[in-house]
Amino acid sequence: MENAIEVVGLVTHYGDREILKNISLSIPKGKTTVILGGSGCGKSTLLRHLIGLLKPTRGSILINGRDITVMKESELNEVRKKFGMLFQGAALLNSLSIADNVALPVKEHTRLEDSTIQIMVRMKLDLVGLSGFGGFFPSQLSGGMKKRAGIARAMALDPEIIFFDEPSAGLDPVTAAGLDELILKLRDVFKMTIVVVTHELMSIFMIADYVIMLDAGSVIFSGTLEELKASGHPRIKMFLDRQAENENYNPEDYLKIIAGE
Amino acid sequence: MQIQKDINDASRVINDIFYWAFISPFKGRPIRIRASISEMVKAGYNSVPIVSVISLFIGIILALQAAYQLKRFGALVYVADLVGVSITRELGPIITAIIVSGRSGSAFAAEIGSMKAAEEVDALITMGINPVRFLVVPKLIALMVMVPALTVLSDFLGLFGGFLLSVTLLELHPVNYFQQTINALLVKDILTGLIKAWAFGIVITIVGAYHGFKVEGGAEEVGRHTTSSVVASIFLVIVFDLFFTALFYFFT
Ligand SMILES: Nc1ncnc2c1ncn2[C@@H]1O[C@H](COP(=O)(O)OP(=O)(O)OP(=O)(O)O)[C@@H](O)[C@H]1O
Ligand SMILES: [Mg+2]
Repeated sequence: MENAIEVVGLVTHYGDREILKNISLSIPKGKTTVILGGSGCGKSTLLRHLIGLLKPTRGSILINGRDITVMKESELNEVRKKFGMLFQGAALLNSLSIADNVALPVKEHTRLEDSTIQIMVRMKLDLVGLSGFGGFFPSQLSGGMKKRAGIARAMALDPEIIFFDEPSAGLDPVTAAGLDELILKLRDVFKMTIVVVTHELMSIFMIADYVIMLDAGSVIFSGTLEELKASGHPRIKMFLDRQAENENYNPEDYLKIIAGE
Repeated sequence: MQIQKDINDASRVINDIFYWAFISPFKGRPIRIRASISEMVKAGYNSVPIVSVISLFIGIILALQAAYQLKRFGALVYVADLVGVSITRELGPIITAIIVSGRSGSAFAAEIGSMKAAEEVDALITMGINPVRFLVVPKLIALMVMVPALTVLSDFLGLFGGFLLSVTLLELHPVNYFQQTINALLVKDILTGLIKAWAFGIVITIVGAYHGFKVEGGAEEVGRHTTSSVVASIFLVIVFDLFFTALFYFFT
């Protein structure tokens, strides 16, 4: 199996705090890889490194065999043209309408006619169920609609690799299911490599070919969906069975914790 | 350490701004004309009323203050010289720069800062769009054009304010006053004022952009950097004014 992305010995810090602790993983080409993990374990941080927004303390990130951590900004920009990214907060430009947001990467990187670009934009917006909202501004959309507009923008240049940071968070089940179908279509029809961070068990079972699970900055699982279901790792079982972390304090400890001692 | 990092950040911002404004357009990455025009409207056109009113008042005040001294020597007609020279050489550019610092410098820092806080800047980078080229260069172009243009307006209204007061309260003859102003002013005076104004525009843009890009985190940071940006750009405008005035004094 060919790998689109390969991460070797990645260590990252925010200030002095170590976030990712020497992780290695590979993401197969043309497949959907889901990254799982508890809140705050470093999933978004990992994505920011994969697209070269942050420089790691140590380690290398190979995209199609080339290490992006040692690239100059201009080389990195060439690589980024093949990427699409949906940020966790959508990150639409508030000063531009939805249509202009989606058109922006196309206008910047191609010399297409305005009318062609408009057709492309309408197609992408239709794909995420936002046809007719092109003239709206991000502040006039709901959270879920912003997410979908962000997805349309990420797809604008038909990238080779697309990253989604929690695409279905805050969406109703029907729209979320539509999104899962869209992700399947991107893989099957457009042969994209897709990396999705998500917590939705339903959509993991539906879209994932390959699963990577992070816990407290380390990779605790990577393998296919079948392997995940068969895994006996206690953290994975807790995640799949939706169990709460049972930290049973005795009353005295609890008192100490809430008293801040 | 902090200072070293600040200097480092500042020189990177300055470097980037000059590269994307003056070098990359010749390498086939054109400047965003339409965005520049919209920045000109925001920074320049919308400042016209406030610059006009303040300059007019300053002209009147200046004439009054000059008359207070000159009257004792019976040299009232020299009010025209004093007003003319101080407005064009000094007050026009500096008043304009201070107003633009307050209006546009703060707006630049707030706009870029909140985009940074909302990951919009990261989104631009991910799309392979340089945020300096996309956000800062249009503002730089706008201020390089608009601060001198507003200075011309300020000069004109300042002179007019002095004229108004002199022909009414001081009872100077309008034609005499006009003649006296024309004789007192050299092209050099107006030109050095405009050169200063152009430099102030660059200073204000750089300071606003620098503080905007320094924002990490949320709304509170945006507010803090907006304030710092106004204070810093007024301070630097005055420092540059001192520098240029000294330069012109010795070399013209
Ligand atoms: N800009 C930052 N500065 C300092 N620390 C940060 C910053 N961003 C994230 N962190 C820290 O890094 C850790 C990982 O954050 P990250 O956003 O990657 O988590 P996540 O796995 O995406 O969580 P979630 O599922 O809630 O989105 C967190 O503990 C957070 O406190
Ligand atoms: Mg996250």
